[in-house]
Amino acid sequence: MKVGLFVTCLVDLARPSIGFATLKLLQDAGCEVIYPDTQTCCGQPGYNSGAREVSRELALKVLKEFRDCDYVVAPSGSCTGQIKVHYPNDLFRGAPEQRDFEALAAKTFELSDFLINVLNVQTVPGKFEGAVTYHDSCSGLRELSVKMQPRYLLQMAGAEIAEMADCEKCCGFGGTFSIKLGEISTRMAENKCANIRSSGASTIVGGDLGCLLNIEGRLRREGDMTTQVKHFAEIAAGDLSSLDGSERNANTNEHG
Amino acid sequence: MQVQSMHFKRNASAKLNDAVLQRNMQKAKGKFVDGRAKAVSEVENWEAIRTHAAALRDQCLANLDAYLLEFEANATRHGAVVHWAETAAEACDIIVKIAKENGVAKATKSKSMVSEEVNLNERLEAAGIQPIETDLGEYILQLAGEPPSHIVAPAVHKSKEQVADLFVAAHGKPRLTDIPAMTREARDALRDHFLTADMGISGANFIIAETGTTLTVTNEGNADMVTTVPRIHCVITGVEKVIPTLEDFATLIRLLPRSAVGQTIANYLTLTTGTKMPGDQDGPEQMHIVLVDAGRTKFVGTDMQDMLRCIRCGACMNHCPVYQNVGGHAYGWVYPGPMGSILTPTYVGIENAGDLPNAATFCGECQVVCPVKIPLPDLMRKLRERQHDMRLRPWSERIPMAMWAFAAKRAGLYAFLSKWGARVGSWLGGRDRLIHSLPGIDGWTQGRDMPAPEGRTFRELYVQRRDKQ
Repeated sequence: MKVGLFVTCLVDLARPSIGFATLKLLQDAGCEVIYPDTQTCCGQPGYNSGAREVSRELALKVLKEFRDCDYVVAPSGSCTGQIKVHYPNDLFRGAPEQRDFEALAAKTFELSDFLINVLNVQTVPGKFEGAVTYHDSCSGLRELSVKMQPRYLLQMAGAEIAEMADCEKCCGFGGTFSIKLGEISTRMAENKCANIRSSGASTIVGGDLGCLLNIEGRLRREGDMTTQVKHFAEIAAGDLSSLDGSERNANTNEHG
Repeated sequence: MQVQSMHFKRNASAKLNDAVLQRNMQKAKGKFVDGRAKAVSEVENWEAIRTHAAALRDQCLANLDAYLLEFEANATRHGAVVHWAETAAEACDIIVKIAKENGVAKATKSKSMVSEEVNLNERLEAAGIQPIETDLGEYILQLAGEPPSHIVAPAVHKSKEQVADLFVAAHGKPRLTDIPAMTREARDALRDHFLTADMGISGANFIIAETGTTLTVTNEGNADMVTTVPRIHCVITGVEKVIPTLEDFATLIRLLPRSAVGQTIANYLTLTTGTKMPGDQDGPEQMHIVLVDAGRTKFVGTDMQDMLRCIRCGACMNHCPVYQNVGGHAYGWVYPGPMGSILTPTYVGIENAGDLPNAATFCGECQVVCPVKIPLPDLMRKLRERQHDMRLRPWSERIPMAMWAFAAKRAGLYAFLSKWGARVGSWLGGRDRLIHSLPGIDGWTQGRDMPAPEGRTFRELYVQRRDKQ
């Protein structure tokens, strides 16, 4: 089974370790993972800023890059939603390419959804002790019905889930919204951080790096330097040193 | 109401720092959100009703002209006069003219957002006619000289203490803070107005084509007084409110109060059909129905038409995380929240409300709770597309967007830029791995740190590793 890894632009730039955790989870589950190294972005920043033309061009680029894959998997609900929902239902609705994008949509999955509902995994390599609280990112939850899948993976790793109040409420990221309307975005992040603290968990986990950067950024600004902010893939994959690549180890250690 | 939507960012900022407002909003949130969730969970086939209602509203809009003419014929048959107002000013002209011709000195009003939209009260006052708001929330706001901040609960931004102060000033009685007692005091004050008004002005939640009926959903019974006691009854409502039959109303009323405030049914459903007829105990001698366009038909036949399905329940704003934090006044016009972010730019011009379609994270909650399945985020995105195509966004947004677009299409250039971006970002992160401020993204860094990149891109590390093998 050939699985194309859509690593997402944010993971590529800011937290490659999430990409390697994804790689490890997929390989451990028996997938042949390929990474088309010309990939850039699903086009969502442009799409949600009204730049429809460039988002169509980027969609065509994604289509071409993953043509030979049986599946496409991304460690992000919002990028997956862009490919699975917005490409066929909006950007190419009624276009000659609609069929191709429907086929792409049918084989594209958010990581936890793929592991649980397609591969039916029963175990994960990661080990975690203690409680985590989970933030449901909006696109994954409302566009893809990703709700229990990441929680199951975390439980397989041994984590207890201490649910926070309003775990389904938006954290305020919203892509360029977080910069364009920064003050409102910050207040939403602040509300999220208060709920995280009340949950009692010392680790907040999510499935979209944008939300995680937003939450971590606010926690740190509030002076909270201890609450860990993790992608579920990092916890489920555990130690990444088995992925050889010596620079990987150095990098992970450096990041703590 | 004067449009202030061009100042959304500034107004929202003030509201975020208004401690009293924040407390009042917090209280309201639980009531709306939990109330709706409970009421909806009690209906087994909620999703099927939503689907049916959306199709029903689509059918109304597809045949808008025919249903409106049917409505006019049936309303006329029952003695009402139907007036057509293309603009807000025309709507006011019509009502003021009727009032003047009939020597009206005082008009009682039940809640009508369309009347807020067209500035009716202002126009009545200018013509020497005293408008009296009789919905408790609207009454409070009339005393305060403020516009509503919510389409269903207009005074939701006020605490009972703030209301108590307003009542002392208006009624000159001892200060009360017990809500039932305060309500009684308002009733006493309103009673006289109900009995002495020459004209009653109401809105309409729906108008029914097959019977010529106008229909108001309230919880206070004030609409009954306004529509039946005065000798003249004026209805002001939007042309999109027409539905074919009473049977259709039975469907929509299952959705409306549950979505709005978590009620199984509203306390009063006031149906008015025509004037007082021989043998009738009560009712107005004249009934006028003003059907207002004022921008509505701009949606018809366009990719934005779904917006006209709206039945004005307010669920989208009740669940919107932006609205919950800034309140309705920040939006700067009559309709706040997600529905307002679509209606306002379309009615008053996108150049006057540019931030509204952008004041959303696209979290999708509004779409999930909308009883008639309006794809609100998609419609906001379409407005953003219009802004993009018309180059209405500031340079500070357009230049980075253009640069990103140029690079994202070119894998080699993108790899190069992201490689150096990751390095520079990592270096900027310093010892604590946090970027505390960064020009260009100060919207972010004013209230949050930016966690620094790890330093190398996934692409670099992956390719390096692959080449080694």
